[in-house]
Amino acid sequence: MDVAQTIVNGLALGALYACLAVGFSLVWGVLNVINMLHGTFVVLGGYLAFFMWSYLGVHPILAIPVVGAALFVLGFVLQYTVTNKVIGAPVLTTLTLTFGLDMLLYNIMTVYFTATPRRIRLDLGSIEIMGVQMPADRLIGMALALALTGMLYYVMRTSKIGRAIVAVRMDRMAAQLMGIRINTIYAVTFGIGAMMAGAAGVIMVLVFPTTTSIAGLYLGKAFIVCVVGGLGSVPGAFVGGLILGVVESVAAQHLGPQVAPIVGFLLLLFLLLVKPTGLMGVKGYE
Amino acid sequence: MMARNANLLFALWVVILGLTPFYAENYILRGAIMVAMFSTLTLSWNIIGGFGGYPSLGTAAFVGLGSYVGALTQVSGVPMVMAWLLATLAVGVVSAAIGSLLLRLKGHYFAVGSIVLVELFRLITSSWSSVTGGGNGLNIPILRWDPTAVAMLFLYIMLGLMVLAYVLNVVVSRSQLGFGLRCIKQNEDAADMVGVDTTRYKIIGFMLSSLLCGTVGAVYASWVGYIDPSESFSILLTLKVPVMALLGGAGTVLGPVIGAGTFVILEELVWVNFLNWNRAILGILIVGLVFFLPNGILNLRLGAGRKNRKARAKGTANAQSDRERP
Repeated sequence: MDVAQTIVNGLALGALYACLAVGFSLVWGVLNVINMLHGTFVVLGGYLAFFMWSYLGVHPILAIPVVGAALFVLGFVLQYTVTNKVIGAPVLTTLTLTFGLDMLLYNIMTVYFTATPRRIRLDLGSIEIMGVQMPADRLIGMALALALTGMLYYVMRTSKIGRAIVAVRMDRMAAQLMGIRINTIYAVTFGIGAMMAGAAGVIMVLVFPTTTSIAGLYLGKAFIVCVVGGLGSVPGAFVGGLILGVVESVAAQHLGPQVAPIVGFLLLLFLLLVKPTGLMGVKGYE
Repeated sequence: MMARNANLLFALWVVILGLTPFYAENYILRGAIMVAMFSTLTLSWNIIGGFGGYPSLGTAAFVGLGSYVGALTQVSGVPMVMAWLLATLAVGVVSAAIGSLLLRLKGHYFAVGSIVLVELFRLITSSWSSVTGGGNGLNIPILRWDPTAVAMLFLYIMLGLMVLAYVLNVVVSRSQLGFGLRCIKQNEDAADMVGVDTTRYKIIGFMLSSLLCGTVGAVYASWVGYIDPSESFSILLTLKVPVMALLGGAGTVLGPVIGAGTFVILEELVWVNFLNWNRAILGILIVGLVFFLPNGILNLRLGAGRKNRKARAKGTANAQSDRERP
């Protein structure tokens, strides 16, 4: 029973991680950019949902499309006007650039929203099935995270733009020769990355208190999920997220909650050295 | 000729910084210590990051490790200078071990692997509270002298480290190691093919890059008298150092010094004038640096040949991007 509880906790957490990291993974895989803004995008999404809920009374589930759209526009514009200009530069340049943008956004958020931890409390109680307990808001969060990740997978598989993104991911040059406007695809991909981060932020604010200073923690989780699952694919992020969730949950149970994040980072380093392509075998840029 | 000019400029800068106690107030003196400290870190980073072209983001991991080793040995009764040497040694050993694993990675993967080190070390330090004091931090016995005398002492120690880091850069850049690292930067596979022992050069370069970070960490801990995990292992610090190198011109010996000096002074001005917006303004500066100074201040030559250089820069940028992909 205890084991089942630990695993279920891990899977619930893992679904959140998958949703949180899938946008980061897409940006890294397709654009070859390590997006240091990702964690702040997540927090921004959470804050927007919180303010819509507390001032306008908008239910957080209804806020997801609005927040997602807003962050898509933000991401698209940032990529189109700023990051696209140095897209081919070495990793240090693009990483530094996104870090600079992150400092800017972070500062704006701390000044206007302050760093108070905020959480949307829906007070739904908890649900018990076969001896496994789960708070209802966490369960809803898990369901939403899975639904969003699944939706992204479907869109990437079926839509024209999704296929174009995959094509650019496989071979920039060939995609360009086939008439794909790669600058637009980059901007759309970055926009989707920001959108997923924002949506994940809405889910996070339902489950955990969110503040600006937590952005780095989210970014760290995204790193781990990407390396564990492999870059630039939705199934990779999904598997990576679930594995990280379960590993952290088991580690927290047996080694103590302080040790869980350490185990996560050790997992990252171990996989980087042993299998840098990730467990799903998706390679980074050649 | 160029090299001699660089050395002269550096010597002049060290003298200017070294004389601050005699012509400026303590606030400026503190600034001079920070300049010397960041110059040491940036020069250190330059060996693996500038010469070798490896985007190392592990500086703060080794600064923090040095701080903690220095502080813990000092608390347990080891004399101050001895503690600094021990910290340097410990960081040297740890960085060689980590380097031999991490340097198998390239490009983005190496960047992520090295930045994760900082987070990992921070988490270990804050959860291992029986030894490190955890999140409460650690107090280190401070020197009970006149504050100005203490500041002067630490200024000269930091300046000494800065000179040491500079000399190390000059020696490396002229030696076989520097040649090997430059080959690795241009094309690691080809370097390997023609007989450059890439693994050995990378590990030595990485270790030399980390060594003085450990010393700086330990000296800093003795200077401020208090350290905690989140300040010692700071992501901001780890990213600021390569930004400084890029600002001045990575891969040259004088560039890191110019970059660190400029950045520390700018940062201080921003802090003083825009308390609430300092982070945003530094962010904008970094974005501006990427766009307008991609090759650093040192490579900025105004006037004739500008277009020519632009075209060349474009050419090398493309070549680099092809190479960068892991």
